[in-house]
Amino acid sequence: MTALNRLTMTEALTGLDRRDFTAVELTEAHIAAVATARPLNAFLVETPERAREMAIASDARRARGEAGLMDGLPIAIKDLFCTKDVATTAASKILQGFVPPYESTVTANLWQAGAVMLGKVNLDEFAMGSANVTSAYGPVVNPWSPGAPGAWPRRLVPGGSSGGSAAAVAARCALGATGTDTGGSIRQPAGFCGIVGIKPTYGRCSRWGIVAFASSLDQAGPMTRTVADTALMLQAMAGYDPKDSTSVNRSVPDYRAALTGDIRGLRVGIPAEYRVDGMPAEIERLWDQGVAWLRDAGAEPVAVRLPHTQYALATYYIVAPAEASSNLARYDGVRFGLRVDGDSLIEMYENTRGAGFGAEVRRRILIGTYVLSHGYYDAYYLKAQKVRTRIAEDFRAAFTACDVILTPTAPSTAFAIGERMDDPIQMYLNDVFTVPASLAGLPGLSVPAGLGADGLPLGLQLIGRPFDEETLLRVAGVIESAAAITTLPPFVA
Amino acid sequence: MSIDRATVAKIAHLARIKVPEAEQDHLAGELSKILAFVEQLSEVDTEGVAPMSSAVATTLRWRPDQVDDGGTREAILVNAPDRAEGFFGVPKVIE
Amino acid sequence: MTYIQGETGDWEMVIGLEVHAQVTSKAKLFSGAATAFGAEPNSHVSFVDAAFPGMLPVINGVCVEQAVRTGLGLKAQINPVSVFDRKNYFYADLPAGYQISQYLQPIVGKGEIVLDLPDGSSRTVGITRLHLEMDAGKSMHDQHPSKTYVDLNRSGVALMEIVSEPDMRTAEEAGAYVRKLRTILRYLGTCDGNMEEGSLRCDCNVSVRRPGQPFGTRCEIKNVNSVRFVQQAIEYEARRQIEVIEEGGTIRQETRLWDTAKGVTRSMRSKEEAHDYRYFPDPDLLPLVLDPDWIESIRTTLPELPDDKKQRFITDYKLSLYDAGVLVAEQARADFFEAVAKGRDAKLASNWVNGDFFGALNKAGKDIQDSPVSAEALGGLIDLISDNTISGRIAKEVFEEMFATGQPAAGIVEAKGLRQVTDTGAIETAIAAVMAKNADKVAEYRSGKDKLFGFFVGQVMKQTGGKANPALVNEILRAKLAAG
Repeated sequence: MTALNRLTMTEALTGLDRRDFTAVELTEAHIAAVATARPLNAFLVETPERAREMAIASDARRARGEAGLMDGLPIAIKDLFCTKDVATTAASKILQGFVPPYESTVTANLWQAGAVMLGKVNLDEFAMGSANVTSAYGPVVNPWSPGAPGAWPRRLVPGGSSGGSAAAVAARCALGATGTDTGGSIRQPAGFCGIVGIKPTYGRCSRWGIVAFASSLDQAGPMTRTVADTALMLQAMAGYDPKDSTSVNRSVPDYRAALTGDIRGLRVGIPAEYRVDGMPAEIERLWDQGVAWLRDAGAEPVAVRLPHTQYALATYYIVAPAEASSNLARYDGVRFGLRVDGDSLIEMYENTRGAGFGAEVRRRILIGTYVLSHGYYDAYYLKAQKVRTRIAEDFRAAFTACDVILTPTAPSTAFAIGERMDDPIQMYLNDVFTVPASLAGLPGLSVPAGLGADGLPLGLQLIGRPFDEETLLRVAGVIESAAAITTLPPFVA
Repeated sequence: MSIDRATVAKIAHLARIKVPEAEQDHLAGELSKILAFVEQLSEVDTEGVAPMSSAVATTLRWRPDQVDDGGTREAILVNAPDRAEGFFGVPKVIE
Repeated sequence: MTYIQGETGDWEMVIGLEVHAQVTSKAKLFSGAATAFGAEPNSHVSFVDAAFPGMLPVINGVCVEQAVRTGLGLKAQINPVSVFDRKNYFYADLPAGYQISQYLQPIVGKGEIVLDLPDGSSRTVGITRLHLEMDAGKSMHDQHPSKTYVDLNRSGVALMEIVSEPDMRTAEEAGAYVRKLRTILRYLGTCDGNMEEGSLRCDCNVSVRRPGQPFGTRCEIKNVNSVRFVQQAIEYEARRQIEVIEEGGTIRQETRLWDTAKGVTRSMRSKEEAHDYRYFPDPDLLPLVLDPDWIESIRTTLPELPDDKKQRFITDYKLSLYDAGVLVAEQARADFFEAVAKGRDAKLASNWVNGDFFGALNKAGKDIQDSPVSAEALGGLIDLISDNTISGRIAKEVFEEMFATGQPAAGIVEAKGLRQVTDTGAIETAIAAVMAKNADKVAEYRSGKDKLFGFFVGQVMKQTGGKANPALVNEILRAKLAAG
């Protein structure tokens, strides 16, 4: 029998249903895998005791015939989701010691569906980063890093900000993990780690209880090893939440039913603007390959224009820091987390926030403060929100001519920890393909499509109409089958 | 638009983040680079374009006027670095 | 025009007021925590109010309705689309580091308030805008030698900030404005107007100028919490500014604090730093869009407001401007009056309600709803006056008894035998007795000392225990005295 931690969610559910193994056994296999994978630094908090309790309860439910959608499936939670009585840090020193007295809606939905919590996983501090190198608790190592585990000649980044989630899933520590995506934080690490990840339509998953980065962009989503598992986990996470004013009251469709494999007649938009300067030839080839696979399956590729694409990153790096500068004002040493004393209230604030925030978070708060400040608001923030309207209009126009858009997920494979660190702009360019859909609030999915010459995973991105996650999943399923990747990351090979 | 160290000091104070003087020049350079990067937006014609007010096409929902929260003082205070007599404590403020 | 006499000539005050009125609602503006006053510190606080990580605001529909109702009551434009912005600043009692407020697009636009001035004249003051915002918590600086204590019970309570135009020219007008606004809010049921509990707080913008000259530099006096203090603070501040200017100084635009104990305004140290609030639309909330039909449906539920009621009282009940004004100042008083006046002499009803009735209530420190004398009971007393069962003088005595015991007027009159004597024979007997006893005074009267008439009336009333009908006593007495 395959080691239990190497199953997909779908396989694990079948095994549980057939009583081939119990949720406790499945969980123990994952607890062991989590322990083995400590050199990756993916987990910030391991919760094996809670996992065991949840697994026992799950087995009991299954025995009573009351098993939920994800009953008994062990998963990891990005440490941006507040989890009741389990420390939540957002990978920042400023939240040191914070134990939320409440549970985020999305994680509550997952526990309601029967999922088992293995622990909280690493991320870029406050989800600000594309390589998981800004975490106050150290970088995460991509399990695809070549060489013997723990003795890597080059430690590769897993992408970010949901780097711990992607690494944990790729390293078979968890059947799936929650991620959050503000400008590509699910899709880019999914691409770097060779797994599937979807950023749903803005408003599909509740933001309540998730530490906010940029409120108008943040969206939670699942990260798993297969498209079917992503469909399953999204089903459990999604839904209307009256506690989030931006949550949309719309029923959640049966996402797994969407995986028919039938994409005949579907118009697949190919935006020329995504052929950016300096994009490696292998990524362009992979993109063409993706188009060919979809054509072979009966879809119709069409050229579409997204003329404001080139302005998306600049727009994002005004809007997101502006919102973040305000969202992160609450970390002030008064009600939770770190306090560094000072002689006056202002000094206490400055000391606490000076010591509590890392370099990237500090940079973004300062930029955000600047673009909102007196005399600059119109030139920066207001201008960016207008360009954002233009970007959204581009997509609306494109979707009159196509049903789904296909692009690469990222402009490169995973790079090494330490690379691209001196220049923030270089790092920001990682998100060049993922940011536009975020700005428009559209769903985006990354699916593994091949390996680069360096043997590292490459993903393709699908962008859909608002609330048309089903089409994304259906098309991703076709790419997944066509790509038929069997290579395992060296860490678990 | 370029940011000098005085501006860094000013916005750092506005954001209540202590930035050691030794880091101000370096930070001014980084922030200037980011601003130079976003400067490209000025190329975009946004005449008559409304700023995006929401990424989601829905209307603001209203909650009923019901008391269904609060009354959890211990949970509110339990994470506080300084608490006394049911209050949060901060360094004394002189009005 | 009322000018202030300075050392160097006349000065005029220019006053604009920003009133923060706590919206009457059970729960807060963006959370389900209670708004009730006087609870243990930090007990009416949700994780939203304390700005815990990941917490999100959801707007209370009743607070929106109350703001619209208030806007309609102020005859103001209701904006079909308004936007909630974040006002960013750091302070101990502002947990999120921003206040959710409305900046460029408030829910209510221009309106007006008619002030009733003590001399009976009225003056219209423009309302610039009304917007919804959340209150901050409370900082206590005097509980500990080196710490400020923070209580977040008020954090997130809905406020309406009502901003006036700089239309007022005297402290009295400012006082009249606050009183009138409070009356309107109470009629509408949108704010209880309780200044002691902080439900109504006033920021006063004060400047001075030479008559006819452009506006001077203004100072803002924060958080003044009674009508009396509003007037005192403005008066003090205007004189302070005049003194500064007359001594060759200039006024610096600043925020000042009213020191209740010393009766002075002083510069607020904590507010000295220049603020850059970095307003931007709150991305956790969508624009607030109001359906015009819904706004109209609110309009149909508005009560009759004080100005209309006053006019109706003058027209329908023929009351004086003054009496009508006093009656409509409180809705409960106006309602009580109408209940008493129904089917009775309105002028008499008004005199009794504004006179003995409220006099007794005030003396007893009671509210109208706790009154031992109901409108029906007071009406019963007035009926006894109108049908000459008792005299007005006896009625006062009966009312005191009613107020003390809660008994109806008729019962007291019967039990105490206070019924008015209208039997002319009995009155004539009493007059004869008085005249016989005071023959000397009768002679004096008849020799031209008319003033003694009052003495005779008094004696006759005394003789009859005050129960004789005064009109009859006058009539018969005059005849008997003349008949000599």
